[in-house]
Amino acid sequence: MTDILPQMVIPQIISSEGGASALGTAPRFRPTRTEGNALHFVGGNFVCPTGASRTELFVEGGAIVDHADHAETIDLRGKTLAPAIVDLGVFAVDRAAFRAGGIVRVGLMPDQTPVLDDPGIVQRSALIGKPDLWIHPISAATKGLAGQDLAEMAINQSAGARAVGTGRGWIADSGMMRKVLAYARDLGLTVICHAEDSGLVADAVATEGETSTRLGLPAAPAIAEALAIARDLLLVEETGAQLHLRQVTTAAGFELVRAAKRRGLPVTCGITPAHLLLSDIAMSDFRTFAHLSPPLRSEDDRKAALAALRDGTIDVLCSGHDPRGPEAKRLPFADSEPGMAGAETLLALGLGLVVNEYLSLERLFALLARGPAGVLGVSAGTLDAGAPADLLVFDANAPWQIRGEAFAGRAGNTPFEGLPVQGRMLRLFKGGREVR
Amino acid sequence: MQTFDHSPAASLPGGAVFPHRHLTGIAGLQPHEITFLLDEAEQWVEANRNHARPDKRLDGLTQINAFFENSTRTLLSFEIAGKRLGADVVNMHASQSSVKKGETLIDTAMTLNAMRADVIVIRHASSGAVRMIADKVDCPVLNAGDGRHEHPTQALLDALTIRRRRGHVYGQRVVICGDLLHSRVARSNILALTALSAEVRVCAPATLMPAAIDRMYVTPFTDFDAALEGADVVMMLRLQNERMAGGFIPSPREFHMRYGLTKERLARAKPDALVMHPGPMNRGVEIDSAVADWSGRSAITEQVEMGVAVRMACLDVLTRRARGVEGWA
Repeated sequence: MTDILPQMVIPQIISSEGGASALGTAPRFRPTRTEGNALHFVGGNFVCPTGASRTELFVEGGAIVDHADHAETIDLRGKTLAPAIVDLGVFAVDRAAFRAGGIVRVGLMPDQTPVLDDPGIVQRSALIGKPDLWIHPISAATKGLAGQDLAEMAINQSAGARAVGTGRGWIADSGMMRKVLAYARDLGLTVICHAEDSGLVADAVATEGETSTRLGLPAAPAIAEALAIARDLLLVEETGAQLHLRQVTTAAGFELVRAAKRRGLPVTCGITPAHLLLSDIAMSDFRTFAHLSPPLRSEDDRKAALAALRDGTIDVLCSGHDPRGPEAKRLPFADSEPGMAGAETLLALGLGLVVNEYLSLERLFALLARGPAGVLGVSAGTLDAGAPADLLVFDANAPWQIRGEAFAGRAGNTPFEGLPVQGRMLRLFKGGREVR
Repeated sequence: MQTFDHSPAASLPGGAVFPHRHLTGIAGLQPHEITFLLDEAEQWVEANRNHARPDKRLDGLTQINAFFENSTRTLLSFEIAGKRLGADVVNMHASQSSVKKGETLIDTAMTLNAMRADVIVIRHASSGAVRMIADKVDCPVLNAGDGRHEHPTQALLDALTIRRRRGHVYGQRVVICGDLLHSRVARSNILALTALSAEVRVCAPATLMPAAIDRMYVTPFTDFDAALEGADVVMMLRLQNERMAGGFIPSPREFHMRYGLTKERLARAKPDALVMHPGPMNRGVEIDSAVADWSGRSAITEQVEMGVAVRMACLDVLTRRARGVEGWA
């Protein structure tokens, strides 16, 4: 199998702008542009996370340019244009949901069937979304995500993997995690990990506290997260690997990340709107749509998450998109599967944080686009000239009510059912082509 | 948003005195509603003692006991309660059902519903399972224990036992001791006894103490002797065999040394303190035989007796709407 790989993995269609990762070891593909006409956006509010303020924007050859002749003018009529969302760490390829959510790139979690630990599967996932949806596979750090043997990271990288991940689980064996980090560092791959100490978590489906006690749900203490983060940070310090903590959700966890960043460690972290906006009381009544991994935390931890969002400790806001049908959710709480369909509500919930003055619009798109693009090593997520024309036009004021039933995507398992929000995607462009 | 509705009992019009369609837990019941069920049960205590069987008020109604988890005592108690009231009682055991064949719980519930049961009694190993079924079926649902969540009829029968033996529940110092972490009996009892203004102390080794249990208005203890000081009622919980071998406690004998209820230990409680246990007992582990069989002090067999009466009351009250009882329809 390894022999035929070089031919297998370089179909011309792959264009991977930015191409190589930091260390330049990944193969560099020649971009193939199949984009539409030159475009000229005017008359709107332009939001760029990297700061450059502008009143118009030109697109040509699939990229943002300083000027283009004969461009088709698009009047935004006062609406907002921002870099399209890069959703880091989705569990399913759910095109309709991503389109509705203003998402043109996703980092696909390795927890697929079969697991993303084989170059054939990695390559297939990297290709199936194009041209409208670019899937950046996060390949498994260990074979079968079992946490026992190193996966073929370099081969998977050449097949299109943009990072390696531990998936839904934590690698319990510290020796193994050290090897993963050291090996990934050598390849310039970021390791994306789930931070929950598996010994403390065991069969838990909730965070220890009044709610879990009253409901009689198996629960784990919140420090399961900080314990895992502390170990992984020590290993990062030793190996020098780039680590991204996919979701940090507790006060103690943020404190560790904050301190690590202060020490200059190469660590970033993310969160979903659920842990910013909901606490464990959302599980009352055994609502399985609020069964998440990591589980919803206490109100104090939720406030700590908002503080970490404000002070810049958090780098990525992601949807954790994990559509689940009734067969996985219409079960007793502890028997149900964790996860939420988050792609379609990410933008509106993010805008809600702006409205409530937790962050600026620029910073929101740093979290939704620039931050995740950076973790994946792609040059998207800005409106700077030269960046790919992945653009999102939205109406920041359009009010609507979250109703899982009305979702375009595969399932409606949202913990935000009934919540009034504002902000709707209007038009979406990938590489200068409108996504319809 | 329904998300923040803490009441486990769906409130539907019924008798104004007990406006609940199901009995899925003690949480959500008002103190006067608990008292009402206890009052209703009193008549059945007397009737059962007199072997009087004239009352067949559930005649022609079908009661399904759907037990997805093994049980002998509770199942028998519900079966006797139904039969004494004249209901046609059908028992469904998990081992005989298609649950083992992979049918989902919801599908099983829909099947039971399609068979037009008039009341369904459910025990299930998962917390919240009974509530989920209750939302899907048309008839009243009685929770006979769901996971670690609730076991409301046990709490009612315990409250009735305490009330009959001590005169009232309010102000009684009740010590609940044992595996609190995994106990639905403890949760329901805490809710019922605190609602009735008892002073509840809970006692367990740290490994079996639920987090934030003090938020349920109880005082946690790890020292059993301290907890027993001045107690009116000592309620011991059963320690499951599979949790005795090192996972949560080092050994049964160490548990007995620290938490076993002996005559000597009981001396710390009030001289007439009542001893209770939901059964089945591990004699010599959480309770000594000398205490369990102490006539006048142990109410353990009386608890079983109250169980039938309380379940008769619950079956009667919950089916009143369907039976068109005056004031309930």
